[in-house]
Amino acid sequence: MKRTTRRLTLLPLLLLLLAACTAPPAPAAPTADAGPQRLVLMSHDSFAISQEVIAQFEASHNAVVEFLKAGDAGEALNKACLSKANPLADVFFGVDNTFLSRAIDCDIFEPYESPLLAAVPDDLHLDPQSRLLPMDFGYVNLNYDRAWFEQQGLATPQTLAELTQPAYRGLLVVPNPATSSPGLAFLLATVAVFGETGDYTYLDFWRDLRANDLLVTDGWSEAYFSHFTVGSAGQGDRPLVVSYSTSPAADVFYSEGAKTQPDSGNISPPGETFRQIEFAGVLRGAKQPTLARQFIDFMLELPFQEDIPLQMFVYPANSAAAVPELFSQFAPTPSEPAALDPAAIEANRERWIEAWTEAVLR
Amino acid sequence: MHLPKPWRLLFALPLIFLAIFYFYPLLSILGVSLAPEGRLDLSGVQALWTRPYLAQVLWFTLWQAAASTALTLLLGLPAAYIYARYDFPAKTLLRGLTTIPFVLPTVVVGVAFVTLFGPRGVLNDWLMAALGLASPPIKLLNTVWIILLAHAFYNAAVVVRIVGGMWANLDPRLGEAAAVLGASRWRRTWEVTLPLLAPSIAAASLLIFLFCFTSFGVVLILGGARFATLEVEIYRQTVNYFNLPLGAVLALVQLAITFVVMVVYTRMQARSSLPLNLRPQSMTVRRPATRREWLVVAGVNTLLMLVLLTPLLALAVRSLTLGADAPTLRHYLALGQNPTQSVFFAPPVEAIRNSLLFSLAAVALSLALGLLAAYLLAGNSAHNRPSRLARWLDPVFLLPLGTSAVTLGLGYIIALDEPPLNLRTSLALIPLAYTLIAMPFVVRSLLPALRGLNPRLREGAAVLGASPGQVLREIDLPIIGRALAAAAIFAFTISLGEFGATLLLYQPRYPTMSVVIYRALGQPGVSNYGQALAMSTLLMLVCLVGLLLIERLRVGDAGEF
Repeated sequence: MKRTTRRLTLLPLLLLLLAACTAPPAPAAPTADAGPQRLVLMSHDSFAISQEVIAQFEASHNAVVEFLKAGDAGEALNKACLSKANPLADVFFGVDNTFLSRAIDCDIFEPYESPLLAAVPDDLHLDPQSRLLPMDFGYVNLNYDRAWFEQQGLATPQTLAELTQPAYRGLLVVPNPATSSPGLAFLLATVAVFGETGDYTYLDFWRDLRANDLLVTDGWSEAYFSHFTVGSAGQGDRPLVVSYSTSPAADVFYSEGAKTQPDSGNISPPGETFRQIEFAGVLRGAKQPTLARQFIDFMLELPFQEDIPLQMFVYPANSAAAVPELFSQFAPTPSEPAALDPAAIEANRERWIEAWTEAVLR
Repeated sequence: MHLPKPWRLLFALPLIFLAIFYFYPLLSILGVSLAPEGRLDLSGVQALWTRPYLAQVLWFTLWQAAASTALTLLLGLPAAYIYARYDFPAKTLLRGLTTIPFVLPTVVVGVAFVTLFGPRGVLNDWLMAALGLASPPIKLLNTVWIILLAHAFYNAAVVVRIVGGMWANLDPRLGEAAAVLGASRWRRTWEVTLPLLAPSIAAASLLIFLFCFTSFGVVLILGGARFATLEVEIYRQTVNYFNLPLGAVLALVQLAITFVVMVVYTRMQARSSLPLNLRPQSMTVRRPATRREWLVVAGVNTLLMLVLLTPLLALAVRSLTLGADAPTLRHYLALGQNPTQSVFFAPPVEAIRNSLLFSLAAVALSLALGLLAAYLLAGNSAHNRPSRLARWLDPVFLLPLGTSAVTLGLGYIIALDEPPLNLRTSLALIPLAYTLIAMPFVVRSLLPALRGLNPRLREGAAVLGASPGQVLREIDLPIIGRALAAAAIFAFTISLGEFGATLLLYQPRYPTMSVVIYRALGQPGVSNYGQALAMSTLLMLVCLVGLLLIERLRVGDAGEF
């Protein structure tokens, strides 16, 4: 017994020593001429891509791609901005159009006029100096529980304005625009639809929604999995949720073959959905600027672009990229997204969210 | 403790650790936020007056933390009592179960609570069927009550471990003597037991208060969007609006309040702690003797399990039944598949291994540093009173708990960016960050035991010719063994649950169990939801196994303590 005690007394000290020895960072392997080059891609948490596609790039460019995830879209961008003097990566993926202005103001991206931009529709290309290049886009709209509406014999709302009618009382759950990116996108859609001035502003709409027993959750996951009747498999009590136009397709894809039809459907009234465009760019001060530009090109080429839909459930920016059948069947692109200028979004974001918080939560 | 001079330098290690991984990053981010380009920007301070809702946020933060602490004590103290005084079947397992809530990511607890208390949850379904009601009678979601309940759910273990640990070693003869002298049961509790327990109750309350004071996920996810604590507001200002000056000012307000609370606490504690003759558990613990005692043990356990276990069980049951008519393991099997061939796919075994490795590294580091810090704070063995230095240092060791994780996370990004401290993307940063959060718990668990250590035992041993090492081994270690186990358990669970660590950068090549859970919850589909539930259930199991192992791995003789 004595021996055990003695050993255990020393244990913490030994471990401390051990920790002290391992604590210094493994020095980044200097890129020798013969060895592969190391490219670091920084992104938000939702970024995904298949092994095979990354392997293609690594093989053709004698490179190793390393990934760094840095929280949600806002957190990741803030971290990139703050590490400007000593960038964490070569390429950043995942600035969306609601954060575009902040990213430009931070001045962390190097312009790069990729030849592949020609394949991208002009209306996606929002930064004329090409510091940020469009990679994909998605739509935030309403999802509804098809079986629920059928059972109740209730027609789905055809416009956002209808959501305030008594028939839809207590049916809708939305993520908080202050803390959730689809939540913010939906708020922005209502700003575009109802406007800030006039008889019936976006705030009037939200006050009416509140009076109609709206439920607000912190994030998309809680809204979808805890409260939406489809996402929660019956535990929630809200048959309407703010989500993505691709969610029904994802519902089928992730049912592991159990479903051929989604349990949810899209409600995307023309002019009343918000289009989130995601951009990537070469970070200023990148250690591998040439390789970084090559990676931007690679991300716009077909293998990567055609991999995007089923990895991240968004649409590819390259118009030549084919989308899977699942998308054409269950996730058609809504027509006429709501129009809002990124600069106006950055300038008014805080004011809109504060006003919204005041009207809906306090 | 008397040690040869060079060894005393060891006690500087916890301070050096704090300086590098706490003060340096924190001051860097505060500097960048409050004085961008070298000029002081005090617009954030102004906002404290011009935005009245900030005062409301502060008020809410304070009172919900106080109410949560009271509720947790109410739930935890009876439990601490029965675990400390009685021996009964399955005790270790039951006590292990009380600690599991501590590791669960808030988003998972959110799911568990909705499953249980939601409008279509188990409880409402049952009540509606039993009472023939048309609408769900329990409306807890998005109210302040569920926030308080969730805080009690999370923190009951802190009371069970810290107060129970002390209680288990209190000399029962003190109470018996009072009984012989004619004191009633009530009077014995009030005048003998509670005063003796006061330091540990205060320590537990302080930790719980700070935890709830900086509460983030629980408030956001269960309280819905209507409630905001300071930490939530800091997050909104910093991340959503990128208003660093205001974020920094709010972080400073939070820190200042934390510091005041801790100074008050330290003063109080210094006055109330006295050396005790702690006894081994073989002398304090016994089987319940009367029917009444059995009833108390059974009653308290039932209540505790009802509050703590039903949400966990609901979660586990759902992981087996989601989207299926009969229980199935398909969500567990799906964890091992990668249908999209994603480069970020992590086999569950790998995620479990990574979680365990990071946690164990953090346990080792926080125990080593925390033990040194606790000795430093426990003071001179001659009179067992904290020294002046210790009185100031004590709150400093607790500061990380009251610090905004958002702010500190950004601090790491800007401060640790150059050699020799280029740790931003280093894997070592993960256990280091866990250690920072775990160390206050380690110190708090050890201090009451160390301060209660009767110095005469050490002196006696020294007089009889024991070397300092022998004194440590033969006197200190057996007596603080129980507290050490409690400390290890806290460090382990905190690291496994990854408080605030999502705010660091991480390399997806080394995903942990919580990363897998969050990733699964990021996309629609029954399979993703099922996998998140399955991984959460695995997280609970891994935690339980780890806890039972730590309880077993007691230190020498200390096993009896």
